[in-house]
Order: sequence, then structure tokens, then C-alpha cells
Amino acid sequence: MFGHRAAIRHALHVLTDRRTRRSLPVTTTASPAPAQDGLSSVPALLARNATQYGLQTAYREKEFGIWQSWTWAETHDQVRAMALGFLVLGMKQGDYVAIIGRNRPALYWSMVAAQSVGAIPVPLYQDAVAEEMAYVLDHCGARFVVCGDQEQVDKVIEVQETVHCIDEILYLDKRGMRKYDHSHMNWLEDVMREGRAAQTRLEPELNTRIAALGWDSTCVMLYTSGTTGKPKGVVLSNRNIIITSKNSSEFDKLRPGDEILAYLPMAWVGDFIFAIGQAYWTGFCVNCPESAQTMMTDLREIGPTYYFAPPRIFETMLTTVMIRMEDASPLKRRLFHHFMDFARDTGPKLLDGKPVSMMARLKYALGNFLVYGPLKDTLGLRRIRVAYTAGEAIGPEIFDFYRALGINLKQLYGQTEASVFITQQPDGEVRSDTVGVPSPGVEVRIADNGEVFYRSPGTFESYYKNAESTASTKDSDGWVATGDAGFFEEGTGHLRIIDRAKDVGKMADGAMFAPKYVENKLKFFPNILETVVFGNGRDRCVAFINIDLSAVGSWAERNNIAYSSYQELAGLKRVLDTIQAHVEQVNESVAQDKFLSGCQIHRFLVLHKELDADDGEMTRTRKVRRRIVEEKYADLIDALYSDKDGIYTETEVTYEDGRKGVLKATLEIRNAKVFGATADQVAAE
Amino acid sequence: MSGQGEGMRDTVTDEGYMTADGRKIGGVAMEMRNITLRFGGVVAIKDISFDIRWGEIRAIIGPNGAGKSSMLNVISGFYHPQEGEVIYKGYKRPAMRPYQVAQQGIARTFQNIALFEGMSVLDNIMTGRLHHMKANMFQQAIWWGRAAREEAENRAQVEKIIDFLEIQHIRKTPVSRLPYGLKKRVELARALAAEPAILLLDEPMAGMNVEEKEDMCRFILDVNDEFGTTTVLIEHDMGVVMDLSDRVVVMDYGKKIGDGTPDEVRNNQEVINAYLGVAHD
Repeated sequence: MFGHRAAIRHALHVLTDRRTRRSLPVTTTASPAPAQDGLSSVPALLARNATQYGLQTAYREKEFGIWQSWTWAETHDQVRAMALGFLVLGMKQGDYVAIIGRNRPALYWSMVAAQSVGAIPVPLYQDAVAEEMAYVLDHCGARFVVCGDQEQVDKVIEVQETVHCIDEILYLDKRGMRKYDHSHMNWLEDVMREGRAAQTRLEPELNTRIAALGWDSTCVMLYTSGTTGKPKGVVLSNRNIIITSKNSSEFDKLRPGDEILAYLPMAWVGDFIFAIGQAYWTGFCVNCPESAQTMMTDLREIGPTYYFAPPRIFETMLTTVMIRMEDASPLKRRLFHHFMDFARDTGPKLLDGKPVSMMARLKYALGNFLVYGPLKDTLGLRRIRVAYTAGEAIGPEIFDFYRALGINLKQLYGQTEASVFITQQPDGEVRSDTVGVPSPGVEVRIADNGEVFYRSPGTFESYYKNAESTASTKDSDGWVATGDAGFFEEGTGHLRIIDRAKDVGKMADGAMFAPKYVENKLKFFPNILETVVFGNGRDRCVAFINIDLSAVGSWAERNNIAYSSYQELAGLKRVLDTIQAHVEQVNESVAQDKFLSGCQIHRFLVLHKELDADDGEMTRTRKVRRRIVEEKYADLIDALYSDKDGIYTETEVTYEDGRKGVLKATLEIRNAKVFGATADQVAAE
Repeated sequence: MSGQGEGMRDTVTDEGYMTADGRKIGGVAMEMRNITLRFGGVVAIKDISFDIRWGEIRAIIGPNGAGKSSMLNVISGFYHPQEGEVIYKGYKRPAMRPYQVAQQGIARTFQNIALFEGMSVLDNIMTGRLHHMKANMFQQAIWWGRAAREEAENRAQVEKIIDFLEIQHIRKTPVSRLPYGLKKRVELARALAAEPAILLLDEPMAGMNVEEKEDMCRFILDVNDEFGTTTVLIEHDMGVVMDLSDRVVVMDYGKKIGDGTPDEVRNNQEVINAYLGVAHD
């Protein structure tokens, strides 16, 4: 049902919506740069943790059905052994070490071990195909590649046909590796064993190299996923990572003894900040799941206290809960719905520390005993103190569901170039439509064209071997362009992101036109799969809509409505009525926003086919190609801006086997009710 | 991944031989001498002789009704042939009772999955460890000392197999809820749990889609590679057999019509006739 918004976007960028609600004063604390205690590198933090939190658990991984664990002291020992092993293999300062695999403690250690010898870790996406990997490995000139298992080794060997910089391949999982040529290949265990054997000889060298690390040495290089053009290598220094980790850990009062589940791609900046930056700064425990498929079970077993997930995961969890509740006994179902309806209002208030009557408190406590507690327990979210979501817009009803349960789910806005944090929501000021206030130490300003700029201690050093892009993204004063358009809400000081800056335009009367903002609101309805809003340079907005075949189809099934094709279903009067109600509901909420009230949809039609990557209308990651859609369906747009109430159209389609066909349809055009722009209403709220 | 057995090898000697990809195949593990098996008047197997060597992947192929499954049952000791003898580990094997069959270190999977549907994957695989458990009923009942210790040891062994076959995510799932391909994998896991000297696979790829077949192939090769398990398999899918096995026995109407490397078998006229059919005039 929610699958259509599936693709995780690794570049963090949050689009939100919904009406303005309340205004609370904001306190932003800018913290000074702490070059204290010689803690200016990750290996230095590790050494501190080994003495300070020596016997506390640093890592856990489920293997062979049991949670295996390592204390900070053991971790320190393992990382040092690995670093010594790297020295034995001849790793030099400034070498690039690529790391490819799923989240496992030993792979995290290999990053810190590489840092210890003065090399630079470059984690890669494990699901990347060989050719994507080839570009990155060649671009950074990786001499060493640490692979999780045989699958990754095979890809690297394939890459080696074209990329010749790789000297050594190391691997973690021995399975299936027996037959490979090991002249330039090593099992990580062997490397550590050799490192231990060479301890006396190489320890002084290792200590010298660790001591040489400082604020300005590169901590990690992360490649942005690159929706446009080739991936860029973002160079982040120790200063970037450690100050950002310190600030953000203090912001959310993270502490040793916190638990996280590391399951997001290691190549993503968030994973590096959470599982290395904040974990090493704070000294909390990183748990690695057994395999990708067991993530949900492992989540439940661990019960993390600090959690991050993209909106898609929260959506999936909610859908699962709803489906399972449908199958529950009538009593349980009634209890669930009764208490959830109650919690929707009271839960968030309690979380935000707002006044709640004694009766409501008592009822919430009862609900917690009967419904919320057990549910949170099943989801593995019972112990959560802080949870974040980011990456794209999260539906308000999804967001509210978790808040209602008493889970402190918040939003943040960030990107790789900022070491994640640009803005985040402080406790007590959480809403689904903003991305919060500037994170500690971060300055944010809005340019005249609405684009968001930031400057922070986490601001990246440069793009590797790409001075041109560096210069065009980061100016000499250190301000970085995010490429997103947004504005600060008056009164609360919260940032709201509207759209990608390049998509934001002006209506004929000069009002702001932000199509994505409206589209996201529409897409929160399960019945709507995709939508394209037009209106740049025009006097009013119109929209194309794709219905969601699974959601609308199951509705049709439940209501005994027969249909034979997508086209027929999309043209049914009752379907159009439903969609029209959705559009008008969105118009009503858009009208509340004085900046964007001009973006209300005056007329719309439901397309006779789904927008499809095979027809070039979308990218493979399911993002609409606005310009192509605009050209291809010019006749429909003209009709929307005329006063016709229907149009006959023929569209060429490409079938999956590459054959072409023509789809003919007469589409009904509907007028939607629009609402007056109402600054008053904002004030009244 | 594939490519095993495609190349040439030295002549088979008692000391074994090297495969093209450098695996060492050992001496004779089991020898079938002039086996004839009858069910009443039906002669299922007629005077067949061949050997199985330590560490090799040996395939038995043939059209429907050729007597392949009967042959597998003879190898496992479940059927006792009326004529001929089975030499296992250098000794002639007598007729055995079922429990003796189980104890001799030969484990198998079945053509039609034979798992305990109501039990979890983990429990099913644990049953494969039964003959490694020595605790008596009383010790099991009070769950103290030996019984608990054995359970933990065997569970550790089973977990290694679960990890090896990548079925961690279904560890606690009842078998009845699994799709066919996974059930086959669970069956393989149970057979492996017995730590067999010889592993018999009865049509491990039957009814699978291409992806599942590829997975299963990889697991069979990995098992052979990792544990050095001698594997005997029956399979219909010729492509799979040729890629997977070191040596192939071809049967037709209960008789052996070919024996050798996949290449030799592929070029054997009698085999071609049996598979493609010949004009009878």
C-alpha cells in the first residue's frame, strides 16, 4: 500500500508540509569548537573509551543465533591488532581504503584501524554493481579494499580488470574463499594475527601515526549517491565529525549505555555519524543485525534507545500493524482503535510536556498498559528515548501515530556535506511539517531566491579531486548551498523545506510556485500514487494524478466494483469523486499557508496510464521527470487550462519487452474547489 | 562457481585424482558390485557396478523410471539388493535395520519434502543431530547435566549450518509456512546437521525456479568445498548435473549405460539415444 514511496534516498533532504500550528520560543545554543583533551581523532576517542568505559559493551553482533559482544577494551585491542596488520601489509599514510559490506563490527573496526595508520576509509554501498564501484575505487585510487564476503570480493575482482590501483583485497567472511588466488588477498583474521605477531616491532610506528592525527586530518571520505552526474567524494575531517558528534550527542543527551541498531548502509553519512562519530564520542553500544532479513527481529531483541529510520521503514511498520490488527479478535481491535484515537491527541501532548488533565493521564496510563506498551514492545521501540526520521517527507498521520504511542520521533534535515546535521527538532517542539531549528553550532540563512544555505563546524572540507564543484557549492566564507528551497516560520524559528530550489518557480502573479510541496501532500493519500502539478508562470495550478492500483483496486474489490484495467478503474466516477475530495482537502490545507496559497489545484485529471520509467517519464528511482511529462502530455495540459470538461488523447506506450503500443482514452477533467488565501486563519490557529 | 568437472583429469587410481579446479578426490568410499534389485517380478536395477570416491560430487541421472531413486535407497542401505554387494569403507555391508542405516553416516534429502511441518526450522534441523545425543530419557526429562550440555553443543553445531545456508531469518518459523524452495534448503540443513560422511540428495532442484536452483547449486558446491562432504545426487536437470558433478552415472531401464566425467557422458551415444530417443525399426 505504501510501496510507491519506497526508494530510500540516501542524501538527506526533508520535505514537509502541513499547517502551521503553534509558536514556541526557540533557544539555539551555539557551542564553541572544543579542541580539548587531545581528543582530535577517532582512534584517540577509542583509546579514551577503552580506559573510561573499558568493561562496557561497545559492539554487539548476532551470529550463530547469539548476540556476541565486545567491550570497549576488547574493541580497542581488535582495532589495534588490525591496524598493526595493515602496517604489516604496507598501508601508508594517505592511502585510501575502501570498505564494502553489510554492517558488521569488524568492518567498523577496519575503518578505525585504517584511520589509526593514517589512511582514509571510504565506505561504499554494498549493493552497488561492479561498474558503479569501479568509478569510485578508481576516483579515490583505493590501494586496499576490505570486503564483507565473497560476493563483494567477486565484484572487486571484476573491477580490477579496469582499475589497477588496488593492491590488496581483505575479506571478513571466509566462506567460499578457499579457491581464490591469495597472492594479494587476505582473510581479516589472518591480518590481525600477523599484526599481533608484529606488535613489538610495529607498535612504536603505530603510536607515531596515531599521534600524527589532528583536527584537520581527513576522518572519512563518503561518496554522495549522485542523482545527477557522477558521485562526488565528500572529504570530512576529524573536526567535522567530532564536533558534530559532540554537539548532536549533547543536543539529545545521549549517554553511555544507549543502544543503537546499525542497519543503514555504511556508505551513508548518517551511519558514520551515528555508529562511529556519536558512538565513539559518547561511548554507547552499536548493535549489528544478523542479516538484512532479520532486522526487525533483531530490533525487537535489542530494543534500541536511539534510533534512526527513513520514513519508508516507519510506513512499513505501521502498515504491518494495521494489517495485523485487522486480523485480531474484535475485542482487541476495538481496544486498539479506541485507545489509538485517544492517544492521537494526548500522546504528543504528554511527550511535549504540555498540560494534560489528570483523567486523560490516567486513561493514557491504562492505554499504555493495554495497548501502547505491548505494541511498542512488539515493534522493538519500547526503550526509545530519541528517534529520528529524515530523507523525505513523512506523512503526518504516520508521524503522529508514533508520537501518539509515546515514541519520541523527531525530524532532522541534513546532508553529507554538513556531516548530517543542519537542523533538528528539539524535544518539546516536534511537528511533522518542519525540520526543526538549526543544530547547535550551525548557522542557516535563506537566500533571496529561497535557497537554504548553512555554515557549520561540520561543513565538509572539499570534494575530492573536484575543486570546481567545491567552489560552486561552498563559498569562501564557508556557506554551503543545499539546493533546497525553504523558509523560517515566523514565531517558532523552525525551518520548513519546500522543494528542490531548481523546481521552485513563480506564478504569473509573482506568488511562489512549489510543486513538490503540493504533490507530497497529495501523495500522503494512499489512493494517490503519483502526481505532477503544473503552474510555473501561469495564473493557476493544475495537476495530473495517478491512482494507486493496489489501494484503489482493493477498495473496488471491497465495494464490488468491477473493472478490467487500470484505465477503466482510473476513469470511474466514484474514483474521481474520491480523488476530487482528496484534492480539495489538500487545497484547504495549502490555503492556510500564506506563502503557498497560490499553489492550490484548480483543475485536475486522472491519467489513463501510470507514469513509467520505461516510457522515460520517471527515473529508475521513481522520480518524475517533469519536463518530459510536460512535453509528452502538452495536449492534456492545454485542456486543463481551457474550460473543456473532457479530452480525447492517444499516448504511445512501451511494453516491458520493448514493443510499442498506443493507448487511447477520453479523460474527464474535474474542477476542484479552491479556498481563499487566509492569513487570518494562520493567526487563529 | 560452475566449471567443476568440465576439464580433463588423470585416470582414476586408488589414491584418487585431482579435479580441474584443483580439488583432491580421495580413494573409494563405496563400491557397488553387480547390484540387482527386484520387487517381485519387477527388476528395478540390473547388474550395476560403480564406485563413489571420498570428496567427490557424484551424479546419477536417467529418464523417468530408470531406477535412480531405487539406486539411492540401495546406497543408503534402506533397500538390500537381492544380488551383488555394497562395499562401504572397505567392508561388505550386511542387510541393516533402520537405526543402523541412520548410524552409518549417510544422510539424505527426499524428492518429496519429508520435514516435520508443524515444527520450527530450528527444531527440524535439531532432529538431524539426534544420533549425536547420548543423554537418556530420564536425563532429558529432568534437563540437567548432560542433557542440557548436549543440547547447547548441538545447537551450536546447528547454528553453524543455519549460518552456512543463510536461513537465519526463518530460524523460528514453522516449516509449514515456508515456500517450497526454502523447505528444500531446510531439508539440506537437516541432512548436514547429521555431519554425514556421504550426503544423498534426491532431486534437490526439482520444482525450483532458476534463482532457487542457482542458490541450491551454490550451496551444494559450498558444502562440498567447506566440509569436504561426499555428495551423491539424482537430478533431472541435465544442465545442473553437468555443471555440478565430478562424475556421472547414467541409468536407463535399470541398467547402467554410461559412467564418467560430464564430458564423457555427454558424448556417449547410448546416453544420447536414451535421452533423445532413437527410431526403433
